[in-house]
Parts: sequence; C-alpha cells; structure tokens
Amino acid sequence: MGIKWDEFFITGDPLILGAQISIALTMIGIVFGLTYLKKWNWLWTEWITTVDHKRIGIMYIISAVLMFFRGGVDGLLMKAQTSRPEMEFLSSQHYNEIFTTHGVIMILFMAMPFLIGLMNVVVPLQIGARDVAFPQLNALSFWLFFSGAMLFNISFVIGGSPDAGWTSYFPLAGKEFSPSIANNYYAIALQIAGIGTLMTGINFIVTILKMRTKGMTLMRMPMFTWTTLITSVIIIAAFPIFTVALALMTFDRLFGTHFFTVSGGGMDMLWANLFWLWGHPEVYIVALPAFGIFSEVIATFSRKSLFGYKSMVYAIVGIALLSMLVWVHHFYTMGSGPAVNSFFSITTMLIAVPTGIKMFNWLFTMRKGRIKMTTAMLWSLAFVPCFTIGGVTGVMLAMGAADYQYHNTLFLVAHFHYVLIPGVVFAVFAGLYYWWPKMFGHLLNEKLGKWHFWLFVIGFNVTFMPMFFLGLSGAARRTYTFSAESGFAPLFLLSAMGSIVLAAGFAVFCYNIYWSLRYADRNISSDPWDARTLEWATATPVQHYNFAKLPEVKSLDAFWFMKKNNEGLTLKDSEIEEIHMPSNSGQPFIMCVLFGISGFFLVFEWSIAAAVAALGIFAGLIYRSFDYNDGYHIPVDEVRETELSWRNKKGEAHKHVS
Amino acid sequence: MEKSAKGFPTSHVIGFLFSLILTFVAAGVALKTSLSFTVIMWIIGSLAVIQAGLQLFMFMHMTEGEDGKTNIINIAYAVFVAVVIVLGTIWVLTSGHAAH
Repeated sequence: MGIKWDEFFITGDPLILGAQISIALTMIGIVFGLTYLKKWNWLWTEWITTVDHKRIGIMYIISAVLMFFRGGVDGLLMKAQTSRPEMEFLSSQHYNEIFTTHGVIMILFMAMPFLIGLMNVVVPLQIGARDVAFPQLNALSFWLFFSGAMLFNISFVIGGSPDAGWTSYFPLAGKEFSPSIANNYYAIALQIAGIGTLMTGINFIVTILKMRTKGMTLMRMPMFTWTTLITSVIIIAAFPIFTVALALMTFDRLFGTHFFTVSGGGMDMLWANLFWLWGHPEVYIVALPAFGIFSEVIATFSRKSLFGYKSMVYAIVGIALLSMLVWVHHFYTMGSGPAVNSFFSITTMLIAVPTGIKMFNWLFTMRKGRIKMTTAMLWSLAFVPCFTIGGVTGVMLAMGAADYQYHNTLFLVAHFHYVLIPGVVFAVFAGLYYWWPKMFGHLLNEKLGKWHFWLFVIGFNVTFMPMFFLGLSGAARRTYTFSAESGFAPLFLLSAMGSIVLAAGFAVFCYNIYWSLRYADRNISSDPWDARTLEWATATPVQHYNFAKLPEVKSLDAFWFMKKNNEGLTLKDSEIEEIHMPSNSGQPFIMCVLFGISGFFLVFEWSIAAAVAALGIFAGLIYRSFDYNDGYHIPVDEVRETELSWRNKKGEAHKHVS
Repeated sequence: MEKSAKGFPTSHVIGFLFSLILTFVAAGVALKTSLSFTVIMWIIGSLAVIQAGLQLFMFMHMTEGEDGKTNIINIAYAVFVAVVIVLGTIWVLTSGHAAH
C-alpha cells in the first residue's frame, strides 16, 4: 500500500526523459500563455463550464486530435523498431508498452471521442433541437472521458505503462505476471472514461427519441442521426459488460480476489469472453456513426437522396443485432467445441450481408449523380475500396477452421487496420471537412485537404498492405523484432516507409487546421455545400441557441425541399420569441478532477486516499440532486440582433459566394 | 384504464383461467409422472416462463397506456441482452476443450 516515491517517475530511458521534459515545458508554456494573454477567465466561462453541445463536441474533437497524435507517435515508434531485423531502438518491454497504449488510445481515446464529438455537434442540429436532452450530463460525459484519458496518458511517465496489450488478457494482466502498478492504469482509467461513454449513450437515445422537431418522424431522420441512435443502443447493451469486467479486474489486481486466476479457482478465459462481449460491439459503436457520416457526405455531393434509405435503416439495425452475437470469433483458438466455433463463424459471416447492402446503396446513390469531388467526398470514395479489402479479409478470418492459421499474425493486424482506418478515420476526416464550417464559420482549405487526402491514403495502403503478406508468411503480431533469415525485412521496411507518408498526411491535416483558422475566408454562405439536412438551415457558425424558430419537417432531406419549395426558411419578426436555455456549470469539471484524483490513488493502490477523494464524488452527486437551477431565457432583442447578423431584413439567409 | 373499469373484464378472466391451467399442469407433471428429474425441470421451467409472460400481458397492463410499445421493446431488449450474455458465456466456456 502507498506510493513508492523512488519508483514514481519512470527513469533510465532517454526517450521517456525527453517526453517528460517536453510535457513539463508544454504545461509551463500553456500556463504562461494563458496568464500572459489573460485568458483564464475566458477558458473557464466559455469552455470549461459550457453545457452547449457544439462546444462540448469541439472539445471532444480537439482531445481526439491530440490523442491521434499520441497514438500515431506510438505507431511510428513501432514501425521504426521493426523497420530492420534485430533493431535495437526499443527494448521488448518498451515495445509491449507501446503497442498496448497505441491500441487503447486509438480505439477509446481517439476514435470514440472523434465520433462522439461529431455526434454532439451535428445530431441536435439535424433533428432541429436546441440542445441534447441532458446538457449538464453531456458535459459530465465529456469531462469523465477527459479524466480517464489523461489518467491513462500519464502512465508512461509516472508509474509505468500498461503492457499486456489493449485486450489485457489474463493471466498475463493479473498480479502474478504483471506485479507492477502499470496495469492498474488500464483498469481504472478505462472505467472512468467508460462511465462517461455510457452516459453519452443514454443522453443521445433520449435526445433523438424525444427532442425531434415537428414533423420529423423516425423514418424522416437523416442517416447520421439514425446511426447515432443505433450506436447509442449498442453502447447501452455493451458498455456495462466492460464496466463489470473492469471492476472484476480491479478487484483481482487490487484486493486479491480470483475471478480470473486459475490457481485460485477462477477462469482466465472468462476475461477474454467478457472483454469481447463488449469489444466486438465496440467495433460497431465506432463503425456505425462513421457509416452515417459517409451517407450524409455521399448524398450531398452526389446531389441525390440517399439510395435505399429504408434498407439502410434495416441494415444498421441488423448489424447492431448481429454485433452482439459474434464475440467468440476473437478467440476461436481457445478450443471451444465445433458447435460453438461453427455458430460464431456463421454469425460473423452474416454481418457481411447488411454491410454489403450499405456498400451497394452508397454506390447506387452516386450512380447518375452530379458528383462534386470535394475533399470530404474523396474520403468517402477512398473508403469504398479500402474498406472492402478489410471486409473481405474479415470474412476470411471469420472461418473458424481457417482462423487457426491467421490467428495472432500480422494478417489480422492488417485486417483490422483496413477496417478501422477507412471505416473510422476516413469518416471522421470526411465529417470534419464537411461540418467544419458549422463549428468555426470557415471552410478547411481544399487544396491542403487534397494533399492531406492523397498522402494519408497512399501512406495507409503502403503501411498496411505489406502486413497481409507478412502475416501469411508467418510474422506474428506483438513481437518486437525478427531475424534476417526470416526474409521479412523488405516488407517490414516498406511498411515503415509507408508509415512516414501516413504521418506526413497527418501533419498536412494539422497545418490545414492552422492555416484555415488564420487565413480562410470568413465570408461564406450558411450552406456552402448546397446540403440536404437541417444542420445547414441555420447560421454558420451556429448561434448558441441553434434555431430562432424550430423548423418544421415535411419529408426526408428536409432542408433540400425547404430550399426547393422556398418555404419555412424565412423568419418573421413576429415569430421571434424568448428562448429557454440551460445554464453553464462548473460541476462536471470538478467531478472530472475528483474522479482523476481518486483514480490516481487507486492506481497506486492507496485505498484510503482514494476513498477520501471518492467522498468528494459522492458530495458532488448529492449537491447535484439539490441543484434546482432551471436555466435562463434569452431575450427577444438579443435573438433578433443575432438573427440579423446572418439574415437580411426580410428574414432570408444572406447568400455569399462560396 | 377507463376501458377496463367498465364492462366485463374478459382478459382478466382468461388470464386467470390460463394461469390456473398452467399451474395445475406443472403440479401434475411434477407429482404424478415418472419422467426424469431433468425433463421435469425443463417442463415446469418453461411453463413458469410462459405464465410470467401471460401475467405481464393480462394483469400488468404492459401493452396499455402511451408507453405500451416501449415497454415491450424494453423487455424484449433486456431478455435478449441477458440471454446472450449469461447463456452465451456459459455455453462458450463449458464446451469443447474449455470444459476440461
């Protein structure tokens, strides 16, 4: 019990020392900068205490981009280590830590917040609402995610990184084989972030079911809203399983129980079973909203309604159902009976059916459309072939008997990168280029965007395509080096070179954000893409109350038909009313700090200190129960003034050249 | 609510009769037959589940009111998730090599 102060900071590795120094310098820089520019007050009132869904979404996206950088650096370090045979850049232990944090960060702290961020910005606008159903809970969701992410991220400089893989299988992840505190970070940090995600799921189900504007029936909802709804349902089904599994892990590691230790009468494979009962649906939690983004982008830039809207809806519901029935395909080699492996082979292959339907729907949407080759559209186009490669190799892996050959090779690693990068990363980039004006009032530079696109897509294929062939020749995943005699060297080198191109693509993306924030044209239309859904029916960037008058929906692609029939777009002065909005609150941030402190003590197995900090959490819960703040009203004058800034006297939107 | 307050409560009577029948069948199977213990457990277990479902519809007004549909969806969802997680886990972890 208690903290061993001499082992508190990780020492003895120049790479980590460099990271520690740069972290310290960055923090000093941020504190100094905020003080010098007198921005502390602005940061607190405008951002930290905000309950505005758009700002929370932006904070999610900023965190996701930072985590993308961290996870990407992990990936580059791995690629550098395996670029030559017998390389001595990273030790085997350091390599273990890096592939573990790379996996956890990319899935849970990059893909998830990126998508949840876009959902936050877009979904309330798409359904014509003024905020989510529970705005303060939404802020709490974000701050708990942030708390978990930061706790996990400090592990490599304080106390040591988790090193048992992102799956953290027992018995390796147990106390017997991983005695240091490092793997506690996994159990505690993911638990905290997971609570936030679960609350997001609840929040979005209620928002979408209860807060749709007049006339928007379920079957008139935009596809991104549909995928968000179904994703939220999967979150509520799957995340509690992970919560329980992590709690059992915490008890095993901290308090000496034996749920997962065979010697103590437990069952190590129960962890794998519970992990994938959550882990497989998790894949669809990140993939479905991404499919929604592609649906919006492809429909807009083909200038057609989405082909097969109903079949799209049935397909995502089918995928959601099947997602709960395939988890054993991650551990066929455990040696369950033939009945089990056959059952899960069939359910896994069945998933290709609804996914195939969606693919053809996207292709038919483009058919005979007047396609505009914007950056967002390019990402969607590249998604189709790249994701299909990932899908086809997935069907290969789905066969239980064949999987005994592929299992734990780089073939598998290549497969899931071919699913997750086109399926999620391409989607969030497409979404970002598409919805950026809604958040910031200017476009991202299209020319830089195309550089970003080509470098990233080429780099991605050069990095991961060789790994299919390495895997088929027998290269195992998670091994830190290989011999020259293995013959793996040329393909590993090619893959490492690809990763540099991939990184260059990401660098152009970051530069594009910087360039566009500084120089991009602010004088743009509120509907620069000639889009189809309601988020474009209001100002750009969106005013904090979203809509002065809630729009009325009469069909699918509501905004498109409003434009076509020229109805419902103008705002008469007599229609302006007071708007009721929720108040800001500092409580979610305080809860974030308390969860962080309590979690930190738990990681170091200092139970008493953790319990004391947890009292603060309970105090926060009680305080919130007696909080009767009912929000505030925006006066008519303020609404009128805001609306006149983007409408003319007749109440029509200004038309700028875009 | 108002509808069931007036008139003859047909659904309640039918529910009551079916409950009685199901209970007596269960008692009969358990006490008067010479089937093996496992078979008896399966039969009376299934009868119990049927009766629980029956009572949810006939007596607990699950389908009535503005949230009727929602209630059914919620219960079906809960049953699905519970069956997948509990039965699925038991099946996977007790078959094949995992059993030894």
